[in-house]
Amino acid sequence: METSEPIPNRKEILEAGHLQRCFDSLKQSGYRLVGPTLQDGAIVYDELTSINDLPIGWTDAQEGATYRLKKRDDAAFFGYAVGPHSWKKYFLPSTRRLWRAERTDGGFQIIPEKEEIPKLALIGVRACELHAIAIQDKVFLEGAYVDPYYKAQRENVFIVALNCSVAGGTCFCVSMKSGPKATFGFDLALTEVLEKDRHYFVVEAGSERGEALLREIPHEKAREEEAAAADRVISRTAQQMGRSMKTDDVKELLYNNLEHPRWDDVAARCLACGNCTLVCPTCFCTTVEDVTDLTGNQTERWRKLDSCFTMDFSYIHGAGSVRSTHKGRYRQWMTHKLATWWDQFGTSGCVGCGRCITWCPVAIDITEEVRAIRGEKG
Amino acid sequence: MVNDPFLPHPAEIAEVRRETPGVYTYRLRFRDEALRRGYRFLPGQFNMVYVFGVGEVAISIVSDPDDPELLDHTIRIVGNVTGALERLKEGDTIGLRGPYGSAWPLKEAEGKEVIVVTGGLGCAPVVSVINYIAQRRERYGKLKILHGVKTPKDLLYRERFRAWERHPNTEVYLTVDHPDKAWKYNVGVVTNLFDQVEIDPRHSIVMMCGPEIMMRATARSLLSRGVAADRIYVSLERNMKCAIAFCGHCQIGPTFVCREGPVYRYDRIQPWFEMREI
Repeated sequence: METSEPIPNRKEILEAGHLQRCFDSLKQSGYRLVGPTLQDGAIVYDELTSINDLPIGWTDAQEGATYRLKKRDDAAFFGYAVGPHSWKKYFLPSTRRLWRAERTDGGFQIIPEKEEIPKLALIGVRACELHAIAIQDKVFLEGAYVDPYYKAQRENVFIVALNCSVAGGTCFCVSMKSGPKATFGFDLALTEVLEKDRHYFVVEAGSERGEALLREIPHEKAREEEAAAADRVISRTAQQMGRSMKTDDVKELLYNNLEHPRWDDVAARCLACGNCTLVCPTCFCTTVEDVTDLTGNQTERWRKLDSCFTMDFSYIHGAGSVRSTHKGRYRQWMTHKLATWWDQFGTSGCVGCGRCITWCPVAIDITEEVRAIRGEKG
Repeated sequence: MVNDPFLPHPAEIAEVRRETPGVYTYRLRFRDEALRRGYRFLPGQFNMVYVFGVGEVAISIVSDPDDPELLDHTIRIVGNVTGALERLKEGDTIGLRGPYGSAWPLKEAEGKEVIVVTGGLGCAPVVSVINYIAQRRERYGKLKILHGVKTPKDLLYRERFRAWERHPNTEVYLTVDHPDKAWKYNVGVVTNLFDQVEIDPRHSIVMMCGPEIMMRATARSLLSRGVAADRIYVSLERNMKCAIAFCGHCQIGPTFVCREGPVYRYDRIQPWFEMREI
């Protein structure tokens, strides 16, 4: 990917007042801007028309099963952690038609999709989310088969990353070594610095395209104290993590404890609602559905996000569901994230974004579950 | 989009053969000539079979890999897709994509005794193995076929078993849980057969397919008779939607059955296979 070029160490300054110029320039290059907006009492990713769509002056308070927006006492553009959405909605849409088919005299004809793949500029992508995108790349681009839609959309994005200035109450990216600083996979990376009388971004370009964009907008070389201020923002965030997880041996820990009594404990609380899988930026499970029109001559195949928490997920004719209990399904999800993912893709399936903790209606906390299996007190 | 792995390719139903009530063997042929000529598979692999407007289902290929232009699939009518398939006839079109998954270890088996253990419709994926060996008899040692079903009427390929029995260097052992008056073979679960089948653990390789409970019991029995876990192969079944490790449904432990399976060397899947709800 073009966005995976090595990052030069040069740091530039973009005054907050010039962020709109950055947006304008991306639009002129044909990109549709998508990023954080205030909607339905949450910060969700959607189309941005200008910087005024950003959640300016808002932050989020997150805990297990709790998410609240709060006013900040400044005008930060990106002064929140992460919302319920992840960027996978653009690469792996919750529903998508794979192909159509129509009946012909001799049988049927398959009609592949001819989609316009939009050029998207993703604004405000956090380090954990860059890791999540890289993890999904391994699933859809780096195996024996390539998902053509995913590939096309993936190649058609410009990524403006954002180094976190706020850690949420459920964040644990430091544990997962996936944040809070963006280290790869972006075209531009911003660190938002708010001082008493000044609001600016320290900018690093991560690709040729990023450099080119930077040349089109007013910027200047960062002075040492400005670069240091940005570093302080990131290190302060790293110290504010709401959660932590000991990870060096977590794969072996889970493999050695597949019959630990804690699985029964969590199963008693888990509603098998699937929220954790839907908000997870790496969960990729899908199902397919065939839809036929009333004449029976036209049919479509749709792919939809699915969840390993549903009973049907592992259904086999004649044998029923392979994982018929909540215990089996929660264990599948958590061991997949933290252990089997390593064997499948050479990486963790968890990036420490904390969404599964925040959006679990009964506050099941993956970090707490690991501690309990380890035999440590929460 | 080019090279879209989700697209099924039209194939003609060249022949339908009824095996038992509710079980049919479909002989399929890709309509596209280039595809037909370029298609290669290994025994043990499967195709995704698509019925227009209904859906797709994973079915193993039971025909000979040396004749890949005609592909046999034995199907039991159990769900929507197979139900719709039953209503199709010779000359009709279905969709196919594949082949997917791992294959039986036919190279490793050369020079060894081959023990094929199957249960119920599980015999379908190993029919290809039996036929493959039958046609290349000189490459393999003794072939021992152990097959168990619930009742005599569940016995698939009755004539084939009779024919195999007459093959050189081949032994066939059949058993049912519930015999009828005409049944002249064994009674009981398939593992009981090991009391009468001689196994030389050092020179044998085992391939099995069937209900998981039967495979677990058989594996335990074989291990206790000194057959090493790396000499035992199992073919597993899981729910599959994509067959290309994108949809997640078929996971068992750290593997995707569509990718590392369906045929597993037992030592590579044993800890997961022996657990419930994995």
